[in-house]
Amino acid sequence: MTDDTAARAAGSTGAPPRVGFFTDTSVCIGCKACEVACKEWNAIPEDGLELTGMSYDNTQGLGASTWRHVAFVEQRKPLGGQEPGVGHGNHEDHEDIDVFAAARGLGAPPGSPLAPDGRTELRWLMSSDVCKHCTRAACLDVCPTGSLFRTEFGTVVVQEDVCNGCGYCVPACPYGVIDQRPGDGRAWKCTLCYDRLGVGMEPACAKSCPTDSIQFGPLEELRERAAARVARLHAAGVTDARLYGADPEDGVGGDGAFFLLLDEPEVYGLPPDPVVTTRDLPAMWRHAAAAAVSLTALAAVCFAGRPR
Amino acid sequence: MSGSDVSRDGVEGARPGRDALTGAHAGRRRGRGRGERAVVPDAEFSSYYGEPVLNRPTWKALDIAGYLFCGGLAGASSLLAAGADATARPVLARTAKLGAAGAISVSLAALVHDLGRPARFLNMLRVVKPTSPMSLGSWLLAGYAPLTVAAAAADVTGRYRVVGAAATAGAAALGPVVATYTAVLISDTAVPSWHEGHRELPFVFAGSAATAAAGLALAGAPAGQTGPARRAAVLGAALELGAFRLMKRRMGLAAEPYETGRPHGLLRTAEVLTAGGAALAACAGRRRSRVLGAVAGTALLAGSAALRFGVFHAGVASAEDPKYTVVPQRERLAARSRPGGAEGGRP
Repeated sequence: MTDDTAARAAGSTGAPPRVGFFTDTSVCIGCKACEVACKEWNAIPEDGLELTGMSYDNTQGLGASTWRHVAFVEQRKPLGGQEPGVGHGNHEDHEDIDVFAAARGLGAPPGSPLAPDGRTELRWLMSSDVCKHCTRAACLDVCPTGSLFRTEFGTVVVQEDVCNGCGYCVPACPYGVIDQRPGDGRAWKCTLCYDRLGVGMEPACAKSCPTDSIQFGPLEELRERAAARVARLHAAGVTDARLYGADPEDGVGGDGAFFLLLDEPEVYGLPPDPVVTTRDLPAMWRHAAAAAVSLTALAAVCFAGRPR
Repeated sequence: MSGSDVSRDGVEGARPGRDALTGAHAGRRRGRGRGERAVVPDAEFSSYYGEPVLNRPTWKALDIAGYLFCGGLAGASSLLAAGADATARPVLARTAKLGAAGAISVSLAALVHDLGRPARFLNMLRVVKPTSPMSLGSWLLAGYAPLTVAAAAADVTGRYRVVGAAATAGAAALGPVVATYTAVLISDTAVPSWHEGHRELPFVFAGSAATAAAGLALAGAPAGQTGPARRAAVLGAALELGAFRLMKRRMGLAAEPYETGRPHGLLRTAEVLTAGGAALAACAGRRRSRVLGAVAGTALLAGSAALRFGVFHAGVASAEDPKYTVVPQRERLAARSRPGGAEGGRP
């Protein structure tokens, strides 16, 4: 299933182009504006105020009442100093500025923990996680009520007036995104602001992101932008940069919300090679059918013996 | 602020006991619990502060593991009921029919109770969805449960015998599917210890269903009529234990949760009870002892229940530890990137 057909395969006719998020973690500053905007816009209840000791992350992970989660990773690994001015290559007015040369000129003030090349001992990775809106979505596949559905934008949304809280989508999600809300009983997750999309607005998190780390748009365009960004980072010597979830050939058919990461996915709490569980469903049914036949045969053998 | 200076060459003026390195040993470690020490050394892998990748299944153990047990008991009992009817074993038939109707009623109650919104249980029949084992299972139960109740009612009242015979036959046709589809239900998730067993788990559940139904028959029917139940106990135990061993051997790292902590205790208990119950059942047949039969039957029922709870808890444990999600996926990626390795891991 390619991107354009995700919505059409689900029955939408005359669907708009598939939209999604490109989260460029190389410019995330960990401000959590996305978390706040998401909570505010979607009127999500508070779900615990805990101090975890996990760097600046007290949100911990995605769940029924957390649809954006900023991960903070502290690493003892030198990184070319943070470059706040790196553009996405599409801002024409900044095209002629060589920010790397500018950054090199900053130099280290005397007595600071900076090596002569301007690199620090610590690198601090931040990444705003969200529902991936998979092309082949396990939560949607296993939902027995039809509460989860594919929208005309190619996104995956829960209809809260239909969900009966069976909880099947929770263990089905290979990313640990969707969850059941205690007290409410129903399953909740990111809707990619379906209500805002309907009137031509971008999702609240993307709107609030001050560094354009969260970019919203048609998926095709986002993928082009992401590929260009990776190439630019590689050229600048940030060889760790890689895309996650952008490949339509991966185990979930590509993500509607994909990422540019600076380390392995599992460092950010993401599965390195997620697979939609229903890929193996035909094999599961075949084995269950064989087991059912075996059970019947077993019973037949038991009764076919000499009567006692 | 600390008075020490951090530089590329290390920390100057460091104070003792304050060298908490960034990223080293990060994360909150849970207690490993009791149980056997793993023979294989801990796999090296990265994680986000040791937090799980997956969300923990929200199913309640008593409801869902209880349903796995009751569904198996009901499904295999329907087979015994049909066989007993065909071979003129009336007490065995009645025990099995009442057992099937009772167990599936308890199952339905447990399933509705587990819903976050029990009042909306009828939404299960809102659509027919082949990609959702729970949707197909709901429709299966909607057909199967009334058949078992009709079969039991006709047997107890002695009226509408033709309807009763048809219901018994229908329940026997659907019973094996009810007993084995539950394996698909839990395998069709991202939970490593459930998903990786998707080939063998239906056979484990089929064997466990046979031992449970045999156990109920042994406990409820006189020794003269329980010959088939005793054979079912022995064959079912062999199928269950054999398939389970095979499953653990073939699922790699995901087998570990079955061999540690509480799941291991439950599964070890299940093994002893099932094997012991089957052996006792065989003895009970030779001695024609009703008491021995009842003891064997109770052991078989308890063994089947312990197996379902063990499998349930092992799956939950595998979802709570990022190791079982990350390491096999890493190995899969490594195998794929090796020259000649098209598909990694198990086929």
